[in-house]
Amino acid sequence: MTTTTDAQIGQKSQGILKLERRRRITMGILFLAAAVFIWLVFATDVEPGVETRFMMNPGGGSAEAADWVFPSLLYLNMIAGILSLLGAFQIIRGFGKYTYGVLALVAILFIFGFLTWATAGGQTNLAGLLRVMVVRAVPLTLGAMSGILCERGGIINIAIEGMMLTSAFISTVFASLFNSLIVGLLAGIIAGGLMGLIHGWLSIKYKVNQIISGTVINIFATGITSYLSSRYIQKVEFQYLNEPGMFPQINVPVLSKIPFIGPILFSHNMYVFAMFFFVILLTFMLFKTRWGLRLRSVGEHPKAADTLGINVHRTQYMAVILGGMMAGFGGTYFSLGSSGRFDEVMTAGRGFIGLAAMIFGNWHPVGSMGAGLLFGFFDSLSAKASLLQVPIPSEFIGMAPYLATIIVLAGVIGRGHAPAAEGEPYEKE
Amino acid sequence: MENTTENKKKSLSVFWDEFSRSNFLVILLAIFTGILLGGVLVAITTNEVYAAFRESIWSGFGAAFRTAWNTYVALFTGSVGNPEKIRLAFASGDQLAIRRAINPFFESLVQSTPYIFGGLAVALGFRAGLFNIGVEGQIFIGAATGVWAGYAINGLPTIIHIPLAMLFGALGGALWGFIPGLLKAKTGAHEVITTIMMNYIAFRLVDWLLKFPMKDPNEFTPKTPWILETAKLPRLFDTPIRFHIGFFIAVLMAVAVYYLLFKTTWGFELRMVGSNPNAARYAGVKITKTTILAMVLSGALAGMAGANEVLGVNYRLLPAFSSGYGFDSIALALLGKTHPLGVILSSLLFGFLRNGARSMQLAVGVPIDIVSILQAVILAFIAAPAIIRTIYRLRESKHEEDLVSLRSWKG
Repeated sequence: MTTTTDAQIGQKSQGILKLERRRRITMGILFLAAAVFIWLVFATDVEPGVETRFMMNPGGGSAEAADWVFPSLLYLNMIAGILSLLGAFQIIRGFGKYTYGVLALVAILFIFGFLTWATAGGQTNLAGLLRVMVVRAVPLTLGAMSGILCERGGIINIAIEGMMLTSAFISTVFASLFNSLIVGLLAGIIAGGLMGLIHGWLSIKYKVNQIISGTVINIFATGITSYLSSRYIQKVEFQYLNEPGMFPQINVPVLSKIPFIGPILFSHNMYVFAMFFFVILLTFMLFKTRWGLRLRSVGEHPKAADTLGINVHRTQYMAVILGGMMAGFGGTYFSLGSSGRFDEVMTAGRGFIGLAAMIFGNWHPVGSMGAGLLFGFFDSLSAKASLLQVPIPSEFIGMAPYLATIIVLAGVIGRGHAPAAEGEPYEKE
Repeated sequence: MENTTENKKKSLSVFWDEFSRSNFLVILLAIFTGILLGGVLVAITTNEVYAAFRESIWSGFGAAFRTAWNTYVALFTGSVGNPEKIRLAFASGDQLAIRRAINPFFESLVQSTPYIFGGLAVALGFRAGLFNIGVEGQIFIGAATGVWAGYAINGLPTIIHIPLAMLFGALGGALWGFIPGLLKAKTGAHEVITTIMMNYIAFRLVDWLLKFPMKDPNEFTPKTPWILETAKLPRLFDTPIRFHIGFFIAVLMAVAVYYLLFKTTWGFELRMVGSNPNAARYAGVKITKTTILAMVLSGALAGMAGANEVLGVNYRLLPAFSSGYGFDSIALALLGKTHPLGVILSSLLFGFLRNGARSMQLAVGVPIDIVSILQAVILAFIAAPAIIRTIYRLRESKHEEDLVSLRSWKG
């Protein structure tokens, strides 16, 4: 151990300051780049006098909410103007603790600019687009929160996909068998928890590398669900096991009647509301309770936590089981929330995008939901790409979330803060 | 002279001592236990077994055993061939009948070939401390670039066209490995996440390529044109045997990877970066360069797996090209203890299993997905040898080394 002198500490903090300054300026330049991009690419492509028409009612028509019509070029110039102001302020002063909020605003403005351009001279159902975005965000956000629970406790969880798939299968069978959505839901959550327990068992007790353990669970989940599915529930004589039904849509009184916002946010089945509820609950639990403090301390510095009398392994088991249950809840969305049946490999990589949303959201529930909504938007948009006025292949829109995650990981917009002790099995001395 | 025999004896006894404690025994027992559990799964998901249990407990166990046995017999004959059929075919002397009878064996080798490439790709990454989950995407890109070189480049003799097309495949995969490698080395972005993301980008990109730039204009659905005769990997037998020289290329690559890893300075440096990056840094190894190169080579091997499939088996690229080779490769590399020879052996095992499972599905109706289950269970036992040692009351290994050394997110 070398003794650290004050001078060294001073040097180090100066280094951090320098790094922060560089990040601040990088982000400001990014904002400006967005503004320039809108001017050079979008605005030059739009003729003056052309109008953009957004439909504000998901079902089409304009009975509840009138269409939103505006001159495309003017709005593009306004957006670019706001973006360049934000960029200039970010470079000169910086937004401090509001930086991430401003970043989200910039992203929203940029996407709005993109839509304005892509819709110029035509029309897009904005409300429909956003409504689908919220729905698509649900499994991603729930998956991300499963990851957060595990990783805040120091256990890497790349098995979200496998946990969700298992739960989707189990919930289908139980809901069909007992003819009860609640039983199916509970069975799915328990199945997810059991998968979490296996993950914990392998990676805590046997100290298997957590990424390998996650891979084992993913391969196993794909294998066992496809096996049982083609052995039983895809066959005609067992068809009754694959008819779980679906959670009905709930229209929140009063709120769902608000034009535009109502149908987007307050008229869904219970999964959307559960997503909002869990984001708030988990944020509160993680950052405002002793339970959350303990969990995070185990993920950051297990030795210190141990010294303070926290049972590290028990906390980690709890974290992976709860994380598994969260993934299990998310998994039931596929069967009981969106399709009303089980199909082989129906999660289709959503668990991995949830993982990306977790990283994108900086291991924070609110951030993850933001990332989930962003990815959900791209998902929603790529399904409607052919309706836009500009020829962008839906495949490329579909790539956007993955590219964005890589860019975030590469630290272009400032590196995220993964729990420090993640991935390392803890051994009591 | 005496000295050598003495040495030999000594090394033999050392071998046995090693063997009884060794990981090799654990691997064998892991495979055995996995297959046993697979049999149990098949038995408990078969209705006849339950019917037999209702009669009496013994007939129940008998039925369970028979079901599992029949399944594995079907799997065996599906992967190696039916001995009785082979004997009859040779007795009849009919060339076509002989080829048909021995086809399952060669088909298993065909199935093993992409596994060898993919397993080597993952293994090479592990040796450098990198977890390349992106093999699947690299296979896709390698298949796309390989098939392009196969149909678009005209007028070359076979002797040049085949290596060129393989090289294109390798380059495509290498590019897809280079990006995560560069990001890891320069920014610390963890390769597990970046390669997963690169996978999905690759799937989307290949979807688009098949729909537009690479689509065969004469076809209605998205497919590439057929590759030219000169780019096809030569087959060693007439129909129906699809066995082609790709298998030998794969084995050759295994030898090359072995030589690279264990006989060259660079391979030594790579392994040092993998096992102890700090020591490597102090020893003056350029970690950045090694990391990037390792990912590039890993991607290149994966790309060759894709090229091998389009140049040797399919002759064109279709949207349903994916068959999970990339994800299976992770299990294979670990099962083979990230050693090239081990990778060949585990690839053969899973190539035979997967090929056999296909005929098993037809013969006894057990879904092919049983292979994935076996894979996962065996991998779990390999990764946690303590489970196997507890079940079979084995002695503790003297040196239970980690399966792989990987670092967490922050890299």
